Amino acid sequence: MTHTTAPASTLAQKLIARAAGRDHVSPGEIVNCRVDLAMFHDSSGPRRLKPMLDELKAPIWDTSRVVLVMDHYVPERDDESRRIVKIARDWAREQALPHVYDGQGICHVVVPQGGHIRPGLFCVGGDSHSPTGGAFGAYMFGIGSTEMLGVVVTGEIWLRVPQTIQMVWRGALASGVCAKDMMLHMIGRFGMNGGQYQAIEFAGDTVQALGMQERMTLSNMSAELGSQVGLIAPDATTRDWLRATGAEVGDTDHWRTDDGAALTRHDFDASTLAPQVAAPHSPANSGDVTRWAGLPVDVAYIGACTGAKLDDLRAAASLLRGQRAAPGVKLIVAPASQHDQRLAEQEGVMQVLRDAGAEIGATACGACAGYGDALGGASTVISTTARNFKGRMGSAEAQVYLASPYTVAASAVTGRISDPREFSATGFAA
Amino acid sequence: MSGAALEPQGHRVWRFGADIDTDVLAPGAYMKLGIEGIAPHCLESVRPEFAGSVQRGDVIVAGRNFGIGSSREQAAAALVHLGVAAVIAPSYNGLYFRNAFNVGLLLLTCPQAELLQENERIVLEPQGSSVVSVLSGRLACEPVPDFLMAMVRAGGLFNQLKQRLAAQAATAPATVPADPPAAPSLTPSPR
Repeated sequence: MTHTTAPASTLAQKLIARAAGRDHVSPGEIVNCRVDLAMFHDSSGPRRLKPMLDELKAPIWDTSRVVLVMDHYVPERDDESRRIVKIARDWAREQALPHVYDGQGICHVVVPQGGHIRPGLFCVGGDSHSPTGGAFGAYMFGIGSTEMLGVVVTGEIWLRVPQTIQMVWRGALASGVCAKDMMLHMIGRFGMNGGQYQAIEFAGDTVQALGMQERMTLSNMSAELGSQVGLIAPDATTRDWLRATGAEVGDTDHWRTDDGAALTRHDFDASTLAPQVAAPHSPANSGDVTRWAGLPVDVAYIGACTGAKLDDLRAAASLLRGQRAAPGVKLIVAPASQHDQRLAEQEGVMQVLRDAGAEIGATACGACAGYGDALGGASTVISTTARNFKGRMGSAEAQVYLASPYTVAASAVTGRISDPREFSATGFAA
Repeated sequence: MSGAALEPQGHRVWRFGADIDTDVLAPGAYMKLGIEGIAPHCLESVRPEFAGSVQRGDVIVAGRNFGIGSSREQAAAALVHLGVAAVIAPSYNGLYFRNAFNVGLLLLTCPQAELLQENERIVLEPQGSSVVSVLSGRLACEPVPDFLMAMVRAGGLFNQLKQRLAAQAATAPATVPADPPAAPSLTPSPR
C-alpha cells in the first residue's frame, strides 16, 4: 500500500486520493470522491430525503453504505417529534436499511461503536459534528440534507482538496485537564473559523496517549474550529478499540502524514494547560477557568456527543464520588449512548452520579441542540456540550458556559464555576 | 444571476455583524417545522424585524464567518424562502458555503463587504465577480466556480439532479449508474 514514487502527502491528501481513485491529490484541486459511508439522523435524514427521493423516483445507490440513527427527536415528546421519528422508522423499513440505530444514542458515538468508521474510509454525515469520525483515521465531514441527497443518489461528492493544519501537542495533561480543554484552548486561539475549512490533524505524544473517546472529543469539536475534518492517524489504540467492536481492521501504516509533506504546524505544551471555560455566546470566547471562577450557576449539564461518552462520565464521577450537587443547582446527565450508559452502570459510575443528585436524561441529543428537553428561562448553565450560541439550548436568555466534564462536575458541587484541580488535592477517584 | 440584479434600483442591503450562526438563522426550537415555519424566525434573535420586513431581492451583508455552526441547511434555505438574493461577507463557514449553493443561495466572498451600508441599493455583477455600490464603488468578490454558479441558476442541487435524471430517462431506460463519470452535470471539471 506504499506509494514510494508519489510525492510526500498528508493524511488528508492520502484519504482523499484513495476516494478519488488517484495516486496523489494537491491542495486546491477540486476532485470527485466515492463515498464509503453516508450517515444521517432523524432530523437531517429521512424527513428531508424521502420526499426528494420520491419526487426523483431514484433509488439509494447502496443501502449497505448507509447508516441511519434516530437521536435528535427521541424520545418523542410531542406530535411533531412523533411524526418525524415515524417517518424515519417507516422509511428504514421501506428501504430495508441494514444499519439502523433507533434510540440507542447519539450518531457520532453510536456509529463508531457499531464498527462502521475505520481507518482509510471516506465518509459523510448529515450533521456538523461528523468530523468525529476523523479520530479513527477516516476522512469524515458534515453535509446538509440536499447534498446528502446527491450522495444517496450518486454515491459521490465533490471536494476541494484542503491544506493540512497540524496541531502538535507535547507533554502530559495535568490531572483534571482533558481533551475538551485542549479544544476550547485551540478554538479560543484560532477562532471559530480558524480552521478555514481545511484539514486539521491532531498529533504529538499527548494525542497518542489519549484514549479513543478523548480523541473523539478533539475531532468532534473540529466543527467549532471551522475545519472540514479533524484527523488523527490511526495507531494501536485505534485498532484495539475498533477490534473490540468486532470491526475488521487491517494494516493501517499507510494512513499517516509523510515526513516532508507540506503543512502548517502549531505546537502546544499540554503540561501547562489549565482547565478551560468558554463564556457566552461563543466556544471561541474561552480562557483559563480562573477567569470565571466563582460565578454562580443554576444548571450543570453533562451531555452530548462532545461531553457524555463513557470517558466523560468517568471523569465527572471521579470528582463527584462522595459529593453532592450544591443546593439549588440542577445537575443533569444525559449519557451519549446506551452502550456507554450500560458500561457506566456496571462500573458504578452511574450510581456515583445519581448519588450526587444527578437527574439522568435520555441517551439522545437532548438539550444540546434545544431539540429535546430545552433548558428554559434566564438561567446560567455550565455544560460539557460543544456550542453556546445564543438561544441554542432553548432560551435566548440562558447564559451557557462550556467546559470539560471535570469542570462541570466541580462547578455542580460548589454551585459556582470552579477549578477541578482544587478537587484533585483530595485525589481523583479512579 | 437573478433578474432582480438588472433592476435599476438594485438590491437593498441588510447589515449584520460577524459570526452569524446557524442557530440564529434557523433556531433549534423551530427545526421540527418545515421551512415555512422556520423562516419567520430567521435572524430574530439579532434583528426581530428582519423576517417580517425583508423584501424579495434584498441582500444580506455580514461580517466574517457567516453561517458558523450546524449542518442544518434550513439556515440557508430560510433566506431563499424569504427571497434573499445573495449574502455578501468576507468569509463563510465551509459547511454553510456548500449548503447555500446546494439550496440555490448565492454567497459572494467580498473582503470589503463592511463598506456596504445598511439600506443602500447595490448591483450584483454577472457571475458574482463584484458588487457595485453608489457609496463605495465597485468591490471585488472572489470568483465563484462555474459549477456552483450553475447550481444557483438551476435553483439548487435538487433541481440539477432532477434535470439530470430526466435527461437520462429520456436517453436510456436505465437506473442511476454508479460510475463516477455518470454525474457530469454535478461533477466540477478538474483543474
